[in-house]
Amino acid sequence: MSPGNADVRDLPALPDAEAALAELAARMAPAVAHDAAFVGIYSGGAWVAERLAKMLPGDHPVGFIDVAFYRDDYKRSGLKANTRRTELPFDVEGATIVLVDDVLFTGRSVRAAINELFDFGRPDAIELAVLVDRGGRELPIEPTYTGASLAVARDLSIVLSRDANGRLALAIEPATAA
Amino acid sequence: MISRNPQLNAEGKLTHLLTLEGLPASVIADILDTAHPFVSVGEREVKKVPLLRGKAIFNLFFENSTRTRTTFEIAAKRLSADVINLNIGVSSTSKGETLLDTVDNLVAMNADMFVVRHSQSGAPHLIAAHLNRTGRAHVHVVNAGDGRHAHPTQGLLDLFTIRHYKKDFRRLTVAIVGDVLHSRVARSLIHGLTTLGTPEVRAIGPKTLLPTAVQSLGVRVYHDMREGLAGCDVVVMLRLQSERMRGALLPSPGEYFKHYGLTVEKLAMAKPDAIVMHPGPMNRGIEIDSAVADGDRSVILPQVTFGIAVRMAVMSILAGG
Repeated sequence: MSPGNADVRDLPALPDAEAALAELAARMAPAVAHDAAFVGIYSGGAWVAERLAKMLPGDHPVGFIDVAFYRDDYKRSGLKANTRRTELPFDVEGATIVLVDDVLFTGRSVRAAINELFDFGRPDAIELAVLVDRGGRELPIEPTYTGASLAVARDLSIVLSRDANGRLALAIEPATAA
Repeated sequence: MISRNPQLNAEGKLTHLLTLEGLPASVIADILDTAHPFVSVGEREVKKVPLLRGKAIFNLFFENSTRTRTTFEIAAKRLSADVINLNIGVSSTSKGETLLDTVDNLVAMNADMFVVRHSQSGAPHLIAAHLNRTGRAHVHVVNAGDGRHAHPTQGLLDLFTIRHYKKDFRRLTVAIVGDVLHSRVARSLIHGLTTLGTPEVRAIGPKTLLPTAVQSLGVRVYHDMREGLAGCDVVVMLRLQSERMRGALLPSPGEYFKHYGLTVEKLAMAKPDAIVMHPGPMNRGIEIDSAVADGDRSVILPQVTFGIAVRMAVMSILAGG
């Protein structure tokens, strides 16, 4: 086993993304406000937010957030390429918001997303829904709703992808240097 | 030892922005892509992101330009940087201090970035080379206009505006009209357009206002405005600098307007969906008619809005190096 690389045999079994999404929706359905806005964190979280808005009862405005301007690693790694516009097509002031991300790891993206939301107004409440919680938190941030949980070594990344038909899939790869 | 392109570090990343000349297309495209999400920051209730919090940006204006200085100041403030404005023309240099001594003093005050405007071509280049040579390349330089040489952020905002309305540079005919000779804006835009693959760039103006070497930049020269505008997608009007009138380069404002002022009638020679740009401040009735400046083909005010976003992008790319 070479240092820094997890052995292939140690790779955890990944949950099926569509099954995790169904589980997440089932857990949210009885609890989420019917007018809550869903805000997906680019890029994976945006796909999950779009799907959840269609699956859950109620009328959920969907927004997207790119946290690049609020990240805490800008001084270390600069501005990431392909930053997208944050689009929040509803009034954040007084809104109930469910932040949606694909994979919850350190909690730093969520911290950045919450800071960015407050620059648009004061929401009544913010909840957090994640497709996969992989552990490894570096901040006191916990999800309100989780699709699947698993423990993954720190040097591995879990990556969500979406095919042409809109089906979601999870893959595991060596972490790229941040 | 000064590297050939002091704007780029050993890994080819941008550390200073001095000119668009010699910048790879990928670097220019990256700046334009980065500027896109910054446009929306200006539309928010809190028009600010925390990216450059705690950074000290010095506006070093050896030549007056309230407008350009203000756009850099707004851009830096929207990135949460601290901005210090120095009108050097009326301070230290008048006491005999050299340019590089001024710079060294400000670096000793922990400056993170200089935005430099100077009437001498090459002044920002000199500062950047000095910082590189003395191991202080973490202090960045942005050229905000030097002599007749370059005005890269204006060139970039023009490119951003053209891309916003016309998408693909590789199918465009762009005309630049007026005082190309004295225009650093024109020079920067020509370099940018050529690098991004614009097949036809035209310069339109009287012989006295077109530099003799302009054709070597890959530009087609026209002295007849109607002929030059025929089939254009983009018309960029340049400000006629009134001081040039006195230099006997031009007969009179009225005569100039007759030949090179953009009117609805002359604009009709361009494509029906052609856009009209102007870097400002514009002289109505000299280089552009009010009916065009205020008309539906004019994108002069969007240029101003995009200019803030482009400067935010440049500053965050440099500081995040």
